[in-house]
Amino acid sequence: MMPDPKNELTKLTIAEARDRLRAGDVTSAELTRACLAEIDGAGALNAFVHKTPEIAMERANAADARLQARGEVPAMCGIPIGIKDLFCTEGVPSQAASRILDGFRPEYESTVSAQLKDAGAVMLGKLNMDEFAMGSTNETSTYGNAVNPWRRSGDDTALTPGGSSGGSASAVAADLCLAATGTDTGGSIRQPAAFTGITGIKPTYGRCSRWGIVAFASSLDQAGAMTRDVRDAAIMLRAMCGHDPKDSTSADLPVPDFEAALTGDIRGKKIGIPREYRMDGMPAEIEKLWSDGTAMLKDAGAEIVDITLPHTKYALPTYYVIGPAEASSNLARYDGVRYGHRARLAQGDGVTEMYEKTRAEGFGPEVQRRVMVGTYVLSAGFYDAYYNRARKVRTLIKRDFETVFADGIDAILTPATPSSAFALGEMTASDPVAMYLNDVFTVTVNLAGLPGIAVPAGLDAQGLPLGLQLIGRPWEEAELLNSAYTLERAAGFVSKPEKWW
Amino acid sequence: MSIDKAQAAHVAKLARIRVEDDALPALAEEFNTILGFIEQLNEVDVDGVEPMTSVTPMRLKRREDTVTDGGMQGRILSNAPDAREGFFAVPKVVE
Repeated sequence: MMPDPKNELTKLTIAEARDRLRAGDVTSAELTRACLAEIDGAGALNAFVHKTPEIAMERANAADARLQARGEVPAMCGIPIGIKDLFCTEGVPSQAASRILDGFRPEYESTVSAQLKDAGAVMLGKLNMDEFAMGSTNETSTYGNAVNPWRRSGDDTALTPGGSSGGSASAVAADLCLAATGTDTGGSIRQPAAFTGITGIKPTYGRCSRWGIVAFASSLDQAGAMTRDVRDAAIMLRAMCGHDPKDSTSADLPVPDFEAALTGDIRGKKIGIPREYRMDGMPAEIEKLWSDGTAMLKDAGAEIVDITLPHTKYALPTYYVIGPAEASSNLARYDGVRYGHRARLAQGDGVTEMYEKTRAEGFGPEVQRRVMVGTYVLSAGFYDAYYNRARKVRTLIKRDFETVFADGIDAILTPATPSSAFALGEMTASDPVAMYLNDVFTVTVNLAGLPGIAVPAGLDAQGLPLGLQLIGRPWEEAELLNSAYTLERAAGFVSKPEKWW
Repeated sequence: MSIDKAQAAHVAKLARIRVEDDALPALAEEFNTILGFIEQLNEVDVDGVEPMTSVTPMRLKRREDTVTDGGMQGRILSNAPDAREGFFAVPKVVE
């Protein structure tokens, strides 16, 4: 076999790379060097914001030694990946794309990134994101915007890769790494995956340990995998999941071999189509994508069932109470005392001035806005009217899903996003609520703690990728991945962005 | 429910974020936009509904009430903007 040109190596899926690494056909050092070269040439995407080439080569050489020992090696051994900046990585800057964590180098490693490391995965560096994962466009980052490798045909306008895991999405779509970690609080894995034509899975709440991941909204945050295809999502997710005594909400359940579940057989499965997701003013292309996807699952032998999730309309307002409320508590720790930025103080300033100036300088406008909204909805006199009411509506949203699952629905098919990727700067205008609507199809899944996956399913008239979302039953990621695999095979999405960077 | 400049200043104070006086009217307006969006929740009948407290019904794990970690003062202080003599240092708190 002829050796691949180096830039072809970075296009491999995890499964292909794994098989070739095991066959001794390529080394992790070769793969890693090829990725590092692509990263160096992709500054225009601003996806990798802290590069770790020394760590990468050290881990690649260690992985090669493990592979040469010819014993059983984990599937992720030797696979070069990117890590979202939200994950604390020992000795490597980890600042959640915020100025307030400028200079922070954790003394510890997040459980998820540690599991990947132990499995032999090679960290290439840290990936851009919205500040504290608050955003849907990657425009709130202290590092500046990450850029989508996709462009509209015949138009060089810079597009958003989505957010908050925008750097992860951009890097995987542009073949800078084989896969990346993401986190998802309201759609932050699935929306950017859809905007960049890649696959993104958010597992059931509690599948991945949250320990060492900078917290945004603790009852909604989950880590997940962003990959080229569904098989890779299955492989990488398995390495990320598992019980962790350091996260009290992490589930003590066995993690199945997700890849083994990919049979492509969904005959007799019941796929729900929720009528409330048919929004007024939904672009015809999204509508068509959704009905095409429905037809594909039907052709594969699934039974299509119209379902109702009556409280869908209230998911976004619920999210914009609960998310900020939890954020205001979680972000109280950034006070200029223990880590990160501290404001320069004036003569006579006391500790209160230190807090106020530090937080005003350290947090960007969207983070400040959400912390203050959260503070307000939790404050005396408003707690019941806002926060408790939102938690009750959340119960109803979760009950909607429980009802359809009890009726025998195996998975739910929806669009992943209300549009394809739009231009950077297009949504930053004055109205924060308009921006929040990006999460309309994804946020219900976080509120109910369910697993969800976005799969690329087509291109719009401008040549941009569009994704479909499948939502599964709690803890049944294996079955969900199999449905997604079936959809992926039927959709046959193979397009890649044309290289301009 | 509408938030005015004084209430916006109060919320900023509670959140310990300094907001200059001239930025308060715009902040109050943003709050009102977001709260207007949230007000939709008032349409929902939540009588007799329990607020969600746990995403997945599970009993939190118990463990022995013992010290399991510690002895790493240097590592704890290594990221502090100002650490002195083994402590975090802050401006004077008590007169």
